[in-house]
Amino acid sequence: MRKVAIYGKGGIGKSTTTQNTVAGLVEMGKKVMVVGCDPKADSTRLLLNGLAQRTVLDTLREEGEDVELEDVRKVGFGGTLCTESGGPEPGVGCAGRGIITSINLLEQLGAYADSEELDYAFYDVLGDVVCGGFAMPIREGKAQEIYIVVSGEMMAMYAANNICKGIVKFAEAGGVRLGGLICNSRNVDQEKELIEELAKRLGTQMIHFIPRNNVVQRAEINRKTVIEYDAKDPQADEYRTLARKIEENELKVIPTPMAIEDLEKLLIDYGFME
Amino acid sequence: MLLRHTPKEIPERKALTVNPAKTCQPIGAMYASLGIHGCLPHSHGSQGCYAYHRSTLTRHYKEPVLAATSSFTEGASVFGGQANLLQAINNIFTIYDPEVIAVHTTCLSETIGDDIPQIFGKAESEGKIPEGKYVLHANTPSYVGSHVHGFANMTKAMVDYFATSNGHKEKCINLIPGWVEPSDMKEIKRIAAEMGVKSILFPDTENVLNGPQTGKFNMYPKGGVTIDQLKKTGSSRGTIALGRMTSGPAAKALDAKCKVPCEILDLPIGLKATDRFVDAMRKMAGVTVPDSLNLERGQMLDIITDMQAYFYHKKVALVGDPDQLEALTEFLVDIDMMPIHIVTGTKNKAFEKRIKELTADVPHEVNVKSGGDMFLFHQWIKNEPVDLMIGNTYVKYISKDEDIPFIRHGFPILDRIGHSYFPTVGYKGGMRLLEKILDALMDRQDRDATDITMELVM
Repeated sequence: MRKVAIYGKGGIGKSTTTQNTVAGLVEMGKKVMVVGCDPKADSTRLLLNGLAQRTVLDTLREEGEDVELEDVRKVGFGGTLCTESGGPEPGVGCAGRGIITSINLLEQLGAYADSEELDYAFYDVLGDVVCGGFAMPIREGKAQEIYIVVSGEMMAMYAANNICKGIVKFAEAGGVRLGGLICNSRNVDQEKELIEELAKRLGTQMIHFIPRNNVVQRAEINRKTVIEYDAKDPQADEYRTLARKIEENELKVIPTPMAIEDLEKLLIDYGFME
Repeated sequence: MLLRHTPKEIPERKALTVNPAKTCQPIGAMYASLGIHGCLPHSHGSQGCYAYHRSTLTRHYKEPVLAATSSFTEGASVFGGQANLLQAINNIFTIYDPEVIAVHTTCLSETIGDDIPQIFGKAESEGKIPEGKYVLHANTPSYVGSHVHGFANMTKAMVDYFATSNGHKEKCINLIPGWVEPSDMKEIKRIAAEMGVKSILFPDTENVLNGPQTGKFNMYPKGGVTIDQLKKTGSSRGTIALGRMTSGPAAKALDAKCKVPCEILDLPIGLKATDRFVDAMRKMAGVTVPDSLNLERGQMLDIITDMQAYFYHKKVALVGDPDQLEALTEFLVDIDMMPIHIVTGTKNKAFEKRIKELTADVPHEVNVKSGGDMFLFHQWIKNEPVDLMIGNTYVKYISKDEDIPFIRHGFPILDRIGHSYFPTVGYKGGMRLLEKILDALMDRQDRDATDITMELVM
């Protein structure tokens, strides 16, 4: 089983990209589990067609530690297994601890056991790795592979660079590696070239460039992945391509984060300052 | 020889603490809370915290120490402790019916950021705090400061929550005793009464943690400062705070909140510190010092002069809390002893400076460390042995290994009684300390005397 974590700036489209890509993997006949690690618990909405399952933490809170896997796991599009960590409402408690608790519980319950015959487990993690809890998915023995969703906007790149700093720390201690950047286009000038260059500087690759397409929004409003909503749309092929590239990806590296000055210079060189 | 692995050489240490000379904030907050009449202390955290604090206080005072807990579980640490605290407030007032609940936080609730005033507001609006009953809180993250700060924070919370000015200054003065024993609090009140000074002492654990055996269990003993008295502290003529670290913050808060001027003094341990305390009360309350107190002072002075030969240039090592150590150091210097190793586990820059000032004329090199531990204390003693050690119960291991006489003073004392009933503050308390010092030194002299050097009269 390959355990994959998806990181990136808040609002960049991590959940959308993850679920659409998972749909692509499912089409290829893979068995996939998605673990949403965002307190908002909206990481599996498209796979479940809006049906929300009870989150791991809600179940834990209401039923104590006597939780069963079936209480917190639902089957979605193409047989994907969907779980949501959940977490406290904004402003109270400790969401980071929530992720730690939730992932530990899923492990205890055997969600990752060999008997599940999973090909992939995807962790969809809250945008900013603000504390140790949000790094739980990339601790030793958890996800070995990380993809960062990014766009040509400055703050998204800034966040990607920061996430790389976090990865370095865990990569040196354990086995986690960066698999590449996924560019979720915002139609910024020279976006593809910019992200390719950023990827190069970070010592990795831009694994795929997902063009902007409104069909994603339409699918989303219908609570579906693009592949389910309109399997023939060219955008569906983009996600299929990304799924295939991930399946075939051999380039897994310890990233080389950039100094802030270098990052800013990169942006200037690529014409932000006309 | 339990400590036989303690080496004489002292390599530099940065991260490691061995045998700490402190414990954590909530225990101080719990002790201070017990000085409010009819108060049930409440630990907002998991059960282990409160169990430890209760048991340590119980072992020190040999009295049942009651407290409640929010009983955090995994769920509470993720979702926040609001539900637990609301339920606790409801349960406590319904079942145990205290006058007031004093909530202190713990590492866990501080780290997840529970906002206690917001939760109190919710409890209030949901009608969970009955008419005429009160709650207060202090933030006491265990990873900041030490038990000393916890005590200071809860004492300050009493001011923040209750002190109110009625617009004019009453004759009364406020006395903040610092972290001392119930017997000491009683002695401070007695000295004030002896001088004819009307006072409010807070917190006040007399008759709470040194009560009599009556054969009947009373969940809320009759001692403790009442909420009514705490409210009135805002209208007092002035405040005398004893102990810079434990009482200073509350006294300053009273000044800021209710314009009650304060004087922050040392704990009245020893001759000069007691003199300053008595004099401050004399001036603040406009009274004269009665002959009865002058008599006690004279008796204390008499012991010091009579026994000067036994005190003279004896080397002493002290470990404990800053307020106690500053007062004790001054006292020992005054009776011609030489305090040469002084360690507190509580970090405080002013402490080292103060000790250096107090020991400036000691004809010996003086080691002082704030944020130190008992391991360092022991190492210093190995390098420069002393005639006497003063500290809490844990010093007994060093005493046994090094064969050095030892007096128990401070917190905790888990293996002897007396501190609950006999004070070490004031002139009377000073006499008791002198007696203890002499007993320790003279017992040692007798033990080590040969048939020829044994003295009948000492």
